[in-house]
Amino acid sequence: MIFTQPVLEGNRLSISRLLTQVENDTPDGRVALAELFPHTGKAHLIGVTGAPGTGKSSLVNQLTLYYRKHASRKKVAIIAVDPSSPFTGGAVLGDRVRMRDLSGDEGVFIRSMASRGSVGGLAQTTASFTQVFDAAGFDVIIIETVGAGQSEVDIARLAHTTIVVEAPGLGDDIQAIKAGILEIADILVVNKADRPGVENTERALRSTLELAHPTKRVFRHHGQAMSIDAPESDTNIWIPPINKTVSTDGKGIPELAESIAKHIAHLRQSGDWALRDRARLGSELDAVLQEELVNRFFERVLKDEYDAIVDKVLNRKISPYEAVKLLLNGNSEQEQ
Amino acid sequence: MTDKKIRVLVAKPGLDGHDRGAKVVARALRDAGMEVIYTGLRQTPEMIAEAALQEDVDVVGLSILSGAHMALAPRILELLKANGQSDVKVFIGGIVPDEDAPRLKEMGITGIYGPGASTEDIVKDIREAIK
Repeated sequence: MIFTQPVLEGNRLSISRLLTQVENDTPDGRVALAELFPHTGKAHLIGVTGAPGTGKSSLVNQLTLYYRKHASRKKVAIIAVDPSSPFTGGAVLGDRVRMRDLSGDEGVFIRSMASRGSVGGLAQTTASFTQVFDAAGFDVIIIETVGAGQSEVDIARLAHTTIVVEAPGLGDDIQAIKAGILEIADILVVNKADRPGVENTERALRSTLELAHPTKRVFRHHGQAMSIDAPESDTNIWIPPINKTVSTDGKGIPELAESIAKHIAHLRQSGDWALRDRARLGSELDAVLQEELVNRFFERVLKDEYDAIVDKVLNRKISPYEAVKLLLNGNSEQEQ
Repeated sequence: MTDKKIRVLVAKPGLDGHDRGAKVVARALRDAGMEVIYTGLRQTPEMIAEAALQEDVDVVGLSILSGAHMALAPRILELLKANGQSDVKVFIGGIVPDEDAPRLKEMGITGIYGPGASTEDIVKDIREAIK
């Protein structure tokens, strides 16, 4: 069944069925995706990531409520990604538990995804999911990801605006300067800001940001003021703001929505929106290309040929590099 | 094409406060390779049907300890049908008196599990029901 037309009309069952087809990479799913692609490019993609226990899901819940109440009732799709067990392939997807306030609202669609083996924080088909929601008319697509540490950075490539959520008391001083997750943040949120230690967290984050984007500072050294000038910088640079929130009661949410709005404005004015879209679609294209090339290769090569070459590597007769050369160059050695 | 995973919604309708059983089942299904969407406590039938639709699940598992199964089950089945999801299989786990089981099965409930039911049986029955 091809679901293109009903999805364009916003039919929710069809959207859901298509998402399943896309997730399982079915031929009908591929056809619909191709037909829907020209209708994409309008939605604003917001990524929300951070360590477990920082309150990402309740933050997404509150932000969505805010958009539905205030921001001319924008339609919001939420994709919540959770990890699959590497051993059993199964998953418990529990992000909906924190989003009960959104039930009954026809302008909201929540879909849970298991990572199914992908390690960068997103599932392989998350990008395709955003295309389905985009074409179906959702204005904002929030992607909430597994953010267990520093390797979950796929989200920065997919989203226009990436929000990294921190919470006080998670070993912040060192965490704040580790590479990876903080570098991808367009906006930093310190959630659970009613807890002790929030000032330390904020300070640690701010000093990490200063290292990357120095500003003019005045120090007091032995009672004498010394000022250090910032290097010549482009006024078009976006410096990630730090927003404090308490997601369980909605504190700080309007301010967060404003930071997000400022970021979109910056992207559009600076031309970054177009650049990011190019980078994002480029890497999506590359990922599909790689998979297709590998599939075509394996369609072409005979199992016996392949196994014989693997045996040679196993017996240390040839190296893996030489094996690949043999495989790609059509095995002239075998024919001798 | 990747192997299709079985997606199960584990839901706690009504006013039950105990979800240990539901969580045990959720973990068992995960260990059997299924994707389990857990809704949390105090779900209305409308919330359950909405989640089943958005998540395009194959199975809905209702955890009911309060004795309200004869009211909740038909309502949920009705909503699933209205949403175009009458092919979704509904199972009930919890406290269900034996005498209610035939009526529930007539309504369309696929399986009923009481305390002490084995998770292996639940997994097997789900796989059988989905074929």
